[in-house]
Amino acid sequence: MFQSLLFGKLTISAIPYENPIIMGAVGASALLTMMTLGWVTYQGRWGYLWREWLTSVDHKRIGVMYLIVAGVMLLRGFADAIMMRFHQAFAEGAGHGFLPPEHYDQIFSAHGTIMIIFVAMPFFIGLMNYIVPLQIGARDVAYPFLNSVSFWLTVASAGLVMVSLAIGDFSQAGWTGYPPFSEKEFSPGPGVDYWIWSLQLGGVGTLMTGINFFVTILKMRAPGMTLMKMPVFTWTILVTTVLIMLSFPVLTVALALLTFDRYLDMHFFTNGMGGNQMMFANLFWIWGHPEVYIVLLPAFGIYSEVVSTFSRKRLFGYNSMVYATVAIAFLSFIVWLHHFFTMGAGADVNAFFGIATGIIAIPTGVKIFNWLFTMYRGRIEFTTPMLWTLGFIATFAIGGMTGVLLSVPGADFMLHNSEFLVAHFHNTLIGGVLFGYFAGYTFWFPKMFGFRLDEKWGKRAFWSWLVGFYLAFMPLYALGFMGMPRRLVHYDNPAWQPYLLVALLGGLVIAYGIACQVIQLVVSIKNRKALRDHTGDIWNSHSLEWSLASPPPFYNFAKTPHVESLDAFAHMKENGIAYRATAPYAPIHMPRNSWVGVALGALTFNFGFAMVWHIWLAAAASLVGMLAAVVLRASDEDVDYMLSAEEVARHEKNASAQGASPAGLANDLITQG
Amino acid sequence: MSATSAVLHDDHAEHGHDATENSLFGFWVYLMTDCILFASLFATYAVLRHNYAGGPTGTELFDLRYVFVETMFLLFSSFTNGFAMISLHKKDRMATIKWLFITALLGLGFVGMEVNEFTKLVTEGNGPDRSGFLSAFFSLVGTHGTHVSIGLIWMAVMMGQLYFKGITTATTSRILRLSLFWHFLDIIWVGVFTVVYLFGVI
Repeated sequence: MFQSLLFGKLTISAIPYENPIIMGAVGASALLTMMTLGWVTYQGRWGYLWREWLTSVDHKRIGVMYLIVAGVMLLRGFADAIMMRFHQAFAEGAGHGFLPPEHYDQIFSAHGTIMIIFVAMPFFIGLMNYIVPLQIGARDVAYPFLNSVSFWLTVASAGLVMVSLAIGDFSQAGWTGYPPFSEKEFSPGPGVDYWIWSLQLGGVGTLMTGINFFVTILKMRAPGMTLMKMPVFTWTILVTTVLIMLSFPVLTVALALLTFDRYLDMHFFTNGMGGNQMMFANLFWIWGHPEVYIVLLPAFGIYSEVVSTFSRKRLFGYNSMVYATVAIAFLSFIVWLHHFFTMGAGADVNAFFGIATGIIAIPTGVKIFNWLFTMYRGRIEFTTPMLWTLGFIATFAIGGMTGVLLSVPGADFMLHNSEFLVAHFHNTLIGGVLFGYFAGYTFWFPKMFGFRLDEKWGKRAFWSWLVGFYLAFMPLYALGFMGMPRRLVHYDNPAWQPYLLVALLGGLVIAYGIACQVIQLVVSIKNRKALRDHTGDIWNSHSLEWSLASPPPFYNFAKTPHVESLDAFAHMKENGIAYRATAPYAPIHMPRNSWVGVALGALTFNFGFAMVWHIWLAAAASLVGMLAAVVLRASDEDVDYMLSAEEVARHEKNASAQGASPAGLANDLITQG
Repeated sequence: MSATSAVLHDDHAEHGHDATENSLFGFWVYLMTDCILFASLFATYAVLRHNYAGGPTGTELFDLRYVFVETMFLLFSSFTNGFAMISLHKKDRMATIKWLFITALLGLGFVGMEVNEFTKLVTEGNGPDRSGFLSAFFSLVGTHGTHVSIGLIWMAVMMGQLYFKGITTATTSRILRLSLFWHFLDIIWVGVFTVVYLFGVI
């Protein structure tokens, strides 16, 4: 009794110490964490880290922290991926790979969940956090404190996924978690609960981020920047936030109802007793399909910025780009049923959703042609961000076409749940989404840290990823046609194995690409003096973020810029009004850092963990703690301060003397030696 | 000189008046996302409302007179909340607290009646685990009730803040948002009353 009060279902046997693979992963993660913590302690940087980063409400710092989360989780998600490739390559006939089924199932579930929710989402949210306020000439987001809370909720839920490795297990129900398999009857363990709570709590953070940036973009643009003068990246983010706000509440409901089934014996999706499993599939994909575009549209925005910058031309067809983005967003809400054409909704319903799905190719095609026409007769510079973009255009065109193929219900009946589908969505998510984020990372890195990334290693990374992608996923298209279902832990068809061996080879080439990216980062930090950018506008680009020093001062703009045209900064440069002296300055209103975001994150993690293990007392205590933190925050009047005009002047003078602002990581690294 | 003061004025305007307006706008947007949340619950209820699994139907369970009284509690609480807002605009602190208190009492009455209804259903063996229909019923109505309860906690905090801090820009902005929240829950309840209870007994 006492034990169940304190520990719920949690016992020492929840730790899978008998499984060497899991324990190895746990050990490696723990070792890396310890090394990082030890390094921070050795450097005596805890105070700095706490004051300047963890409690920061500065959108730029929060953005960088999001990117770090995405990078770490990318490594974890990729580790899962390469394990699956190794396993499947040797799981034919007498061979049984090296993973037991229950472990293999957890790996593909974790891989999907992590890559979508904890890599793609934090990656673009990090980029947009850093860049969007700068692009619209704002000093921060609408709700800086809420931004910090969103970030820490994301960290808490990513933490839950990581902890599931060591304590208990993760869901075996795939990243979509379809009932009835994800119901208590068939998945009684804590795995599905880990999946539920990490998605649920992270989803709340994402929803708040969506609201935050929607208001920021609509309400805080610099004077003169009408909607149709916004940079395309900001436009795609605006539309993305609308998608987030319209779709994430549906995910919240879908997960909550599954939670009720599992925790309170309700019958939403159970077999019998009036449950309806297809209701879950519908709700899940009403969120899930827009989610695809939530991660894809920001990438489209990044490609637009990159293509125009490195073609030395204005973006071709700005207006059509905006309309195409909006059209895609609209269509993304009326195609969800194509994820389960086999539900049996009937020919008419399937035809509607099939046609709506196919139509998405039109606005997407508009975008592709706009990028091509931007390059046409441009002076193209083959920098790393541009290479990612070119790789994307070719790869995504293929992924898009296989998508149109799948949109035909008849074809989908044959191909759904096959490796063809796996190939298709990796084709769009790697070739479309991830390449875009990598382009954005390389493109804006100098803005964030004051020095650019090493080109040589960047190009190696690109080519490895590109070649690796084609090797890893083109065979899967063929396997789909040959009838191989997805998620197979074992198979008896020797004809499939050669393809899976090629796919494994592709996975290894991608692994080399990731290694190149890690080396690129290390080499660039080492050579930062040689790679330093003193101009703030290293690529000679067009939007307002480049009008600031790299990295920008913590208050962003000493004076709010006035925007007269699309590509505001290019316009300023052409008319000789960029960089002009701006004194006298006015005082700037700044938000104060707050520990409450970190505290809410910690309590959220605690709550999630307690709910997974049915430790009701701890869960209730966490909720009370959250409430107390919010009320405490609401009673705090000292949440902001005025930065005096003299101080602004001093910072600006320092910045122009050093060629960069005193704020930011790069300078800290340099002053340290 | 005149340029400087213009800049100063600009900046002042940006962060005084606009902050309240931004938070109000942001809250509106949040309410719309909450609306989607309820829409999903309504949709689920609509799909499962006849899945009785051999259990009781709405006609057998719902007492329209009881629910009507419950509804009146909530509607009148919106009415008194309106009086609180009038007092707030008149900068009358104690009157605002008084009307908020009455609003909270009515809200408490609503939640109390709902808890009572739920308890009765559960003890009679017609809890949320009885059938898909009852799962959907409890979840939709209960989610609304939870929202109202959170609103009550918020109201208590605001009464405290009004008492100790008075009517400031911050407290005014918060009470404005609370008021939006409260009216929003009223509108949702009208939907619940119609779709769940009225359709349920027809």
